[in-house]
Amino acid sequence: MTATMEPEVGKSRRRKEDARLITGRTRWTDNLTLPGLLHMAVLRSPMAHARITNIDASAAKDMPGVHAVFTGADLAGEQGSLPCAWPITEDMKSPDAPSIAVDKVNFAGEIVAIVVARSAYEAADALEAIDVDYDDLPVVLDMAAAVEDGADLVHEELGTNKSATWIFDSGAAGTGGDVDAAIAGSEVVIERTYRQQRLIPAFMEPRSFMCDPTGDQITLWSSTQIPHILRFLLAAQLGVPEHKIRVIAPDVGGGFGGKLQVTPEDFLTFLVARRLGKPVKYTESRSESLLSGHHGRDQIQKLTLSAKRDGTVTGLKVELLADMGAYLRLVSPGVPILGAFMFNAIYKFPAYKFVCTNVFTNKVPTDAYRGAGRPEATYAIERLMDELAAELDMDPMAVREKNWIAHEEFPFTTVCGLTYDSGNYEAATAKAMELFGYDALRAEQKERRDRGDSVQLGIGISTFTEMCGLAPSRVLGSLAYGAGGWEHAAIRMLPTGKVEVVTGSSPHGQGHETAWSQIVADQLGVPFEDVEVLHGDTQSSHKGMDTYGSRSLTVGAMAVVAATDKVKAKAAKIAAHMLEAGEDDVEFQAGSFRVRGTGAEAKGVSIQDVALAVFAAHDLPDGVEPNLDSEATFDPENFSFPHGTHLCAVEVDTETGRTTIRKYVCVDDIGKVVNPLIVEGQVHGGLAQGIAQALFEEAVHDESGTLTTGTLADYLVPSAADLPTFTTDRTETPATSNVLGVKGVGEAGTIASTPAVVNAVVDAIRHFGVNDVQMPCTPMRVWQAINTGQTDAGGLGDEAGGGLGSMNVTDTSGGQQ
Amino acid sequence: MIPAAFDYVAPTTVDDAVRALSEAGEDAKIIAGGQSLLPVLRMRLAAPSKLIDLGKVPELRGIREDGDALVIGAMTTHYEMQHDPLIAEHASLLALTANAVADPQVRHRGTFGGSLAHADPAGDLPAPALALDAEMVVRGMDGTRTVPAAEFFTDFFTTALRPGEILVEVRVPKTTGWSAHYEKFNRVAQAWSIVAVAAAVRVEGGAIAEARVALTNMGSTPVRATSVEQALVGREATPSAIRDAAAHAAEGTSPPSNADADAEYRKHLARVLTSRAVSAAVGA
Amino acid sequence: MRITVTVDGTKFTDDVEPRQLLVHYLRERLGKVGTVVGCDTSNCGACTVHLDGHSVKSCSVLAVQADGCEVTTIEGLARDGNLHPVQRAFHDNHALQCGFCTPGMIMQSIDLLADNPDPDEKAVREGLEGNLCRCTGYQNIVRAVRDAAAQMQGGAGPEAEQVAGAPATAGGTQ
Repeated sequence: MTATMEPEVGKSRRRKEDARLITGRTRWTDNLTLPGLLHMAVLRSPMAHARITNIDASAAKDMPGVHAVFTGADLAGEQGSLPCAWPITEDMKSPDAPSIAVDKVNFAGEIVAIVVARSAYEAADALEAIDVDYDDLPVVLDMAAAVEDGADLVHEELGTNKSATWIFDSGAAGTGGDVDAAIAGSEVVIERTYRQQRLIPAFMEPRSFMCDPTGDQITLWSSTQIPHILRFLLAAQLGVPEHKIRVIAPDVGGGFGGKLQVTPEDFLTFLVARRLGKPVKYTESRSESLLSGHHGRDQIQKLTLSAKRDGTVTGLKVELLADMGAYLRLVSPGVPILGAFMFNAIYKFPAYKFVCTNVFTNKVPTDAYRGAGRPEATYAIERLMDELAAELDMDPMAVREKNWIAHEEFPFTTVCGLTYDSGNYEAATAKAMELFGYDALRAEQKERRDRGDSVQLGIGISTFTEMCGLAPSRVLGSLAYGAGGWEHAAIRMLPTGKVEVVTGSSPHGQGHETAWSQIVADQLGVPFEDVEVLHGDTQSSHKGMDTYGSRSLTVGAMAVVAATDKVKAKAAKIAAHMLEAGEDDVEFQAGSFRVRGTGAEAKGVSIQDVALAVFAAHDLPDGVEPNLDSEATFDPENFSFPHGTHLCAVEVDTETGRTTIRKYVCVDDIGKVVNPLIVEGQVHGGLAQGIAQALFEEAVHDESGTLTTGTLADYLVPSAADLPTFTTDRTETPATSNVLGVKGVGEAGTIASTPAVVNAVVDAIRHFGVNDVQMPCTPMRVWQAINTGQTDAGGLGDEAGGGLGSMNVTDTSGGQQ
Repeated sequence: MIPAAFDYVAPTTVDDAVRALSEAGEDAKIIAGGQSLLPVLRMRLAAPSKLIDLGKVPELRGIREDGDALVIGAMTTHYEMQHDPLIAEHASLLALTANAVADPQVRHRGTFGGSLAHADPAGDLPAPALALDAEMVVRGMDGTRTVPAAEFFTDFFTTALRPGEILVEVRVPKTTGWSAHYEKFNRVAQAWSIVAVAAAVRVEGGAIAEARVALTNMGSTPVRATSVEQALVGREATPSAIRDAAAHAAEGTSPPSNADADAEYRKHLARVLTSRAVSAAVGA
Repeated sequence: MRITVTVDGTKFTDDVEPRQLLVHYLRERLGKVGTVVGCDTSNCGACTVHLDGHSVKSCSVLAVQADGCEVTTIEGLARDGNLHPVQRAFHDNHALQCGFCTPGMIMQSIDLLADNPDPDEKAVREGLEGNLCRCTGYQNIVRAVRDAAAQMQGGAGPEAEQVAGAPATAGGTQ
């Protein structure tokens, strides 16, 4: 082995994962099969709120190929409740959450019957033969109405639609002043109400589940982000001994929080396979995925910001309504709470209060979606900073500069009590402004405005930070989260000097295999190619907290590093023995142990030499076990705080209302970078999702609670033709909270970009008297805002407008050919 | 999702196809390119007893000249229309519109005849067919008849095709030397039109001698903007003259209101997009 | 109904239900699980394959409609252990993350390069408008396609996938 290899960390390594993905040699759950595999299909309620008065499945049972039909009554005794791991308050109301409805449905899309058949085709046919009778109940859709006295109730037995109210008050917490006093005494008050529309994660791989109950362990393959948590909760909720369950997340096609869930389909595939004693697979269709996989966002944000006339902010009050949908899923109640600490963002607010009420409605449950709480918070504060600038007739960047934490003030404890370890907002902003050509674009904006051009230019800013690297276990404990935030890793040194890395992180597109290989190559001085990363199977990777919240690198990789440290410590003893030196006299550098001070040309013992010696075990020091393998569990001391400056220029066609992104520049500071190529890809994808919230996507329900955006023809995920080319760059202020200096990048682009785009849209048309356009900023909304001042045009309305979505409300019998 | 079961037959002549359709009864459906039908079947919004596939009927293919008209076989794909030299020369509006249909994969399969017979008010090809005064040649057990485009589209997803009839070919009067443009306005690239405008004009000596304009998704059928056409004829092909004429675009339309666009906004768009379509066509 | 289809160079004769989608035939009957299903409405393009040399969404074609046709899937691209230049370019340019959309993206990219061997950025974006990706924001996909175009100049691309223009000869694709 060469001893003078350049560091792997920092290299744009092409990904190891790609080889099979670009050739179709994939292991998506739906690709897998087993001897005698049966196929499950589920019938979903078309009603948003109704009592089930009768289910007649007799005809379905007689259909060809059908092995079994189950209703809620058949499984009621064993299905338990789907778990909610985050009781945010002691008095939080949390209804039982059945995987299959027994006597009542609470959202359209809830499962009411199951068919198991020889083939997926036969299962689908049999669904049509099941008759369900429903008695309508009043449908609760509007959050504001749902919390009024006397409102119709989603769950009668709870007596209210309010699940919980969670409060943070800097005055009470001693981390800041009293916000009401600050507002009362301020020179400027900005009050706004923003809506975070409901979004759908829309990962590309529809979820799939396959359960094999025929072994001693019941094995569940699941397209999940969280195989370890899933195994624990299958055991805890279904009363199955944990050691009798094996969960495998094979290739998983994206998640974005959407697969951070313990789903009805996980439980039902498991229960049905166990009941039948045969392997069973269920793969959802895209429509089912949109209709029943958890949604994200969906908040109403009432915001009050106070400031002095010179632009200095003096207080911020946030009053939220957060739509939980019909049930509390795994971390539903905590999503808005993750945002609670981020409304103050990078700014030095002296007083802050956050009050969030979680509300039940007859809609699909909400839960984590890329950013989870932090995009909502960032949107609110970054929109408010622009509004403050407009109110004071200041440049929006100047307002931000006046209030942000200066680089020399780190570490900085915020009004929420979080300590930001590092950051340099000035540097990221300066770089972004230069790449963007801010002054030239402002000049063009003025020129177009003066000329009355039909195409107006707008510039949007977002200087964001986020807390990620979830999470210090003690903090999670203080927030009543039901688990810790550590991560586990193990290193297995093979006799030939090759290395297996076992990680509790569970990748689904991020590139862990490549990044972990780079890190381990540097730590152990082995070639990148000699490292294999094992994950996503509780039999090989037995311990973990999985992947979400930009935690893999800042927590998972730290566990990997800690495990390599232990390997090196074990190896040092043996290497010293091989070098006939004292352990204290050897050092490890560039892959070899040498006697300290003898130089790179001196005789060395590589880690591979040691691995072979350990395998032989012929001549080890006394009392040393023949084993270099090590494991470590890492619990972070603090969150990490990536930040960045995003600048967006849009052109708004005032005649049609269409927004086109002309230029998008972002400079992110995510600390040290392991693989620039992967980082850039994460930023691109994040930007696309954040821009999609600003301009395209919304999950819409009609008056009856039916999701009208239930296909990809109606839920508008943008294509390549709908997005611009991004200019991305970085500054590098290492995190001080971990040894690699890394901060995490998975969510940054999504969190930052949404307000940058909407700020740009509003900036383009502010001279028409517009100070807001509701998301998504559709052409009609923008046009209405310009022409009538209405900011939320659209919404309900279902007249057939052509296209596939109109076909279920139209007689299609004439359409032929 | 999975379609309900159906029988299937792939005749090789139009006569056989017509006979098969007649014998199969009213629950049968024709499948041409299938790009609208397959999603409908998968979503089980329709469950025909039998599909009669026109994919193996050679006489439904091909594009030929017939005097003052182009004759386009019903099974001509959008992709073929995009690239066909006869269409480029004599009916460029159709080629430009075909460019705007869905996405490349769909254009490889989807057909002109299928798109017209499907009669989706948001579909792209009905409007230019209407604008160009195309004639639909249809055949049933009783023989062949010709239906002008103006009479062909009768309602949402509904045409003048009678039970048992098949659209065989489309006769399009040549607009050789005309300028054309299809202006499509949608929220994302592969979404259906909120509104679109098909325009073809003949310019002579700087003035508009003839004009054809039709609108997509401004009602339950494509709509011919005759008052725009009248207002354009005889005017100079200048932006202001075109804008004045386009102000008539929404006359007589009754567009739908839904989440993407309400009726008033669609009417406004029709005016703006008509102006843009005609301007783009003439290069004004 | 009995059909004969040549897939990735191998001829298959099978009895299929008329309603069976081509993508299900490929996956379930032939084991060609490299081609995946991502939606119900032909929006996502994940299932894109070539049918007689042109890209189609195999979820919107019936297996019976492919009778007598040649199908190429992602699994039939590499020749003699060598990746297709577009596959190579996707790897080199980090044009994939989770990889679920990748087979369809690659198949459509090859089709677009057959029609336009030197596309500019706009042409690439428009040529891929029928394929959705949720991970990459498309930027590196666009980069990869243009990189592949450069690599394929001078006929570097495999012959079978260079079915250019000439729609009139594309019999049987309707």
